[in-house]
This record gives sequence, structure tokens and C-alpha cells, in this order.
Amino acid sequence: MAMADAPKRSKAAMKAAASMTESLSGNADKSLKIRGMVFRSLLLFSMTIALIAIVAIISWAVVEGGQRLSWGLITNNPSSFRPETAGYRPAILGSIQIIAGVITLILPLGVGAALYLEQFANKERWYNKLIELNIQNLAGVPSIVFGILGLAFIVRGPLDLGFVAAAGSMTIALLVLPTVILSSREAIKAVPSSLLEGAMALGVTRWQAVWKMVLPAAAPGMLTGVILAVARAIGEAAPLLLVGASTFVTFDPNFWQDGYSALPVMIFQYAGRPQDEFKVLAAAGVIVMLGVVVIVNSVAVWLRARYERSW
Amino acid sequence: MTENATVKNEVFSLDGVNVHYGNSLAVKDVSFPIYENEITALIGPSGCGKSTILRSLNRMNDLIPGAKVSGDVMYHGADIYADEVDPVQVRKIIGMVFQKPNPFPKSIYENVAFGPQTLGMKGNMDDIVEEALVGAALWDEVKDRLKDNAFGMSGGQQQRLCIARTIAVKPDVILMDEPCSALDPVSTYKIEDLMMKLKKDYTIVIVTHNMQQAARVADRTAFFTVSSNDEEGSRTGVLVEFDETSKIFSNPADQRTQDYVTGRFG
Repeated sequence: MAMADAPKRSKAAMKAAASMTESLSGNADKSLKIRGMVFRSLLLFSMTIALIAIVAIISWAVVEGGQRLSWGLITNNPSSFRPETAGYRPAILGSIQIIAGVITLILPLGVGAALYLEQFANKERWYNKLIELNIQNLAGVPSIVFGILGLAFIVRGPLDLGFVAAAGSMTIALLVLPTVILSSREAIKAVPSSLLEGAMALGVTRWQAVWKMVLPAAAPGMLTGVILAVARAIGEAAPLLLVGASTFVTFDPNFWQDGYSALPVMIFQYAGRPQDEFKVLAAAGVIVMLGVVVIVNSVAVWLRARYERSW
Repeated sequence: MTENATVKNEVFSLDGVNVHYGNSLAVKDVSFPIYENEITALIGPSGCGKSTILRSLNRMNDLIPGAKVSGDVMYHGADIYADEVDPVQVRKIIGMVFQKPNPFPKSIYENVAFGPQTLGMKGNMDDIVEEALVGAALWDEVKDRLKDNAFGMSGGQQQRLCIARTIAVKPDVILMDEPCSALDPVSTYKIEDLMMKLKKDYTIVIVTHNMQQAARVADRTAFFTVSSNDEEGSRTGVLVEFDETSKIFSNPADQRTQDYVTGRFG
């Protein structure tokens, strides 16, 4: 009996308490309440705009390009005359080569620079402060500037590689390197100093303690940063246009030989043509690229969730 | 104290030690000896520089940017701050256990084996690990789960693992920075019990906030306090008194020590 009564009674008690609070706070706070609601709807509005943009892009791409989704889209060579069967094969291969090169470059360089700045550099020294400031600023430099840099120093100039995928790789690597360094530094900072101290108190060198304790602990965070940088690199078109990806290639690219393209550049190529079939092709390309980016980002999210550690 | 000093071996001898952090003087003019196979406790209110002094004994202060030690920190008659001394070698001989248990994010076995392995110590690693865990009174509790992650242990076990890790590299001195402040009374008792055993083989220096702990385990006690200079707005730690523990707690020479140990401040 008592058990059955209990919920009823507590329900009544809660009702009474609620009406009590309402009568206490009701009128006095009315203007505050309105202000709160206005503020909240402003926030909601901002979020909606962002959401609408994403939904619009995705639905446009799917509606426009959905009809062209097939394996042929990925495996067929491009063509200026037969848009119905043209595909993205060399562009996708070019993008894969570029990204592979980017990863090989930014992993050691980004992690190395971050380790130096966080663990070995004397932060009091002016040149280390200058380096820090520069890296932060570099992360905000427009990508086209890196394209010009790549053209002047990698395609021509000292390296003189020509318009090859390797040059595209290096240019994109330079572009994303600052963000990789910054995210790697955050990952290293997240490792508690007690880990380093604990190791060093055993009489191992700083290098041994960093290499065997700090680096493994920071690795998942660093990897997440690298993957996000790669996701950005996949979508970069502007700097690649300057370092040779703008040519319309119909053959499989070789990393070191002239002539290559990349997925975003190819989309740009197709989208600029007057025939409607090419616009459809461009939209289908967008779907492919969005798919790749979603997959890459998901891996990053999964990694972060999988290896997240609370110290 | 004088009669003991002639019998006991001095492991450390501090003479006029000052520690600066940047431009501020953290501890001023500290002089006292630390004797072999004894437990020496450093007590005092927060900010009195007891941890700073402890960290200056194995050059852990070097890791803090801007920290600078002057005066003589002599270890068996040799200045550990001399130019030719490698701080890494100092830390190998003078181990340290920290306030918060800080096991490595690895298995229990790897936690203990990390030091000996990295330092390239000779001998059977399984034996080294077992010996260290036995020495830290942890072996019976963990011998069946050496491959388990150390984070799955209780706080007290983690701290004893950190002690095992420290003795695995066979140091001469063990420094302990408030090793029980994050532990419950039972774990604290186990660590204190362990310290009494360890002092047969090691010289132990312990910083503690807990006066009863100092009274229970320490042979000698150094009492520090803060001297604040209101004009400069600076707070500097100073050594008030160093003596046998029983004297510090029953019949201190300085009124400030008397006030502190009877709980009148701090």
C-alpha cells in the first residue's frame, strides 16, 4: 500500500514545489526571461545558417550528380567529348599520390618540430619565441601564397622538379605543416608533466623519457591532428592550380613525371564547361570528395574516442 | 646530535643553499646534513620551500625553467651542482617518488622494467622486477597480474609501484615528496611501514604535511617556515631548526617550531 502511494504523493509534492518556484520567480524575472529567449534564438539562428549551408551543398550534389554515381565515375578516364562516360581516374590517383606524399612529409616534420618546441626549446630565448609566433601566423596564410611559393621554389628555382605530383605534395605539405605542428603541440601539452618527471627521476635522459613515454602518450592526439590536416589537404585546389595540377590529363600520373591532376581541380575543370552533362559530372565528383572527407574525418573521430585518456 | 654525527655517515651536506625561481628567492640559506640509512623529514607550512629543497637534492629543479641553485649541495663530499656533473647520473643514484602516484600508462611489469631496461642494466629482467616489487612490499598483491595496466591498481598500490620502480634502478637515496598526501590511512600505514624497512638499505628524505607522519617515521626532522617581507612583497622559505625528531616534537629550541608542532599555526 505504502509503496503504491509513494509515487502519487511525490508527484503532488513536486507540483506544489514547481508552482511555488514559479510564483516566487515569475514576474520579477520576466525581462530577464525575454532577454534569455532572444539570446537563445540568436544562437539558434547562427547554427541554423551553418546547418542549412551544409544540407544545401550535400543535397545539391546528390540531386544533381546522383545519377552519375557508379564505379565508372572512379575508374574511367576523363574526356572532353563524352561526358556521359568520363570519370575521375587520373585525378583520384593524383590525389592519392599527393596525399601519400603529404603524410610522409608532415609526420616526421610536424611531430619533430612540435617535440622540439614543447620539450627541448628554451622558451625564454627570443628566437624560439619568434619561431612560435611565425608558426602561428603561417597557419593563417592563404593557401594561394603557398602555391606561389611552390611554383617559385619547388616547380622552378632551387628544386626545379617541374609540374609533377611530387611538387604538389610538397606544396600542400608546407601548407598544412603549421596546423600539424600546432595540433601536435597541443597533444604533447595534454600529456601530464608527471609522466616526464617520473621517467627522468629514474635517471634516464630527457630524450629517452620523451621518446619512450611522452611520444607514445601523445601519439593518438598527434595522429588525429595529422588526419584532420589530410582531410584539409584533400580538398585544396588553389595552390595545386599553380604548381601544375591544372593540366587536363587523361593518363595515370607518375609521382615524378610531368602531368597530374587532383580531384578538386578536376571538379573545377568539369564545372567550368558549358554542357550540362559536365555539370552533372562535377556534382558527382563533389559527392566522391565529400565521401572521402567524411571517411577520413570519421577515422579521426574514432581514433580520438578510442585512445582518449583521462589522466 | 653532535655525538651521532661523528658516528653516522653524512650522505648529503647542505651549506648555505639558496634556490631562485627567476628573480624571486624561494629558499634562503639552508644548511643541514642528511645521514645514511636514516629517514629525514622536511616539515613546515605551505610555501616554506621544503619541496624545493627536496628537488634540489637530485637536480629535479633543473627541469623547471628559471630555477637556480646556489650554495653547496654536497653528496658524499662531492658537489652535485659542479660543472662536470651530469644531472642524469645524479637522478640515477638519487631516486624520487612524487606526491601524486604517477605510474606509466603501461603494465605493472613494464613500469618496473622501464628504468633498468632504458639504463641497460645487466641481469635477468624478470628477477630485477620481482626483486623490486618484493622490496616495495607489492609482489604478493600483483604477482598474478603483472601484465595488467598499472592504472587499474589502487592509489596506495600505485604509489608502492612507483617506489618499486625507483628501487629497481638501485639508487642510494630515495626522495619522497609528500608520498601519502593522496592516500587513505591504510595505504599510508603500508607506505610508512615500507619506509621503515627500506631505510636499512637506503637513505630516505621525505617531505610531509603530516606532522604525525614525521613523528612516526623520521629519525631527524628539519622544520622550515615562510619569512615574508612585506616591503618587497616576497615570501622566502627558511630553515628554522634541524634536530632529532623526538627533540623537534618534544623540546624544540625555537619558539616557531614549538608553535607549529603544537598546532598553533600552519
